[in-house]
Amino acid sequence: MSRFKDTSGKDTPPISTASLPDIIFMLLFFFMVTTVMRETELLVKITLPEASEITKLEDKALVDYLYIGPPSNEALGTEPLMQLNDQFAKLDEIDPWVKLNEERRDEKEVPLITRSLKVDKGTYMKIVTDVKQELRKSNALKINYSAAQGR
Amino acid sequence: MADIAFLLLIFFLVTTTMDTEVGILRLLPPMEKAPQPTEANGRDVYEVNINDANELSVEGIPMDIQDLRSGVKEFMTNPENSLVLPERRSVNRAICEQGIALARSRMLHASDEVSKQVHQKELSTWEHKLAVTELIGDFQELPPNAVIALRTGSRTSYAMYMNVQNELEAAVEDLREALCKEKFHREFKELNEKSSDDRPLIKAIRAVHPQRISEAEPLEVQSIR
Repeated sequence: MSRFKDTSGKDTPPISTASLPDIIFMLLFFFMVTTVMRETELLVKITLPEASEITKLEDKALVDYLYIGPPSNEALGTEPLMQLNDQFAKLDEIDPWVKLNEERRDEKEVPLITRSLKVDKGTYMKIVTDVKQELRKSNALKINYSAAQGR
Repeated sequence: MADIAFLLLIFFLVTTTMDTEVGILRLLPPMEKAPQPTEANGRDVYEVNINDANELSVEGIPMDIQDLRSGVKEFMTNPENSLVLPERRSVNRAICEQGIALARSRMLHASDEVSKQVHQKELSTWEHKLAVTELIGDFQELPPNAVIALRTGSRTSYAMYMNVQNELEAAVEDLREALCKEKFHREFKELNEKSSDDRPLIKAIRAVHPQRISEAEPLEVQSIR
């Protein structure tokens, strides 16, 4: 009766790793597809304020970012500065920035552009109010106060 | 092979940012015809001020931020028909039809293009209201110039400002949620703006409880103080 081997004394065979590369590739492709590279390097330190009543911005391609916060480089002081694209900007540079961003998009999309204000929570309102006034002057009325989910 | 794949995997793992952009959406008033909430009828304006010391006051009276939400709800619904809060006018089918008929006849007798356009606009607002009554029945309408005016000092902190914005948003959202539950037995948050069945419902609810927050002119703040 040796046709049926007694397997009780032996170890279980090791798990086959032949499918490991497949799994790795699958993960790799997933992350390759979902990755959005950060286009701009932040020159300001921003801790977003928390809010509970937040909405998600639908189309990321139609969002332009303004960053306001104290500069990362401490040699530049602690007063909050505004960053547009990848450099510090003054208030009067907002209008050309708005125009430039409108021109590079389709005409139909222009009214849908949202300007997202990423403002450090320690900032005083003065600079925020000034920036808002400039945006109104350039007729960029749809804005988003960027916030972190909280509470 | 697997080594290279691992290397790439780790690279993308590290560089991936999964965060979606979230925040509080607002529409700024256009520059040319900015509404002047201070000169509007006093009872129709809910003045929210945050001073340089981050202290909140509403209609000139100091208020705790926890009370702001209920304050805004009271302003928007005026449950006791108070004389210092906006007068809510009831809207029903008959009133809407009357309004439409009046606007139509005025349009016919309009002498010039400009007044014709004014009546055209009037007609479309009445038609919109009629559509709302068909969906949710009779409702109380907030006067068109009723507004929450939010003002800040120049040294108000942004964190406090966002707290207040959040409360204002929450108050309107609460009212809409309650109305939606009552009329449609569904949650307002679950209504989908992209679905053609839900869009009229969302519009109707927004018409009853509009979100009207005026981020008032900064210059006016200084003149008031």
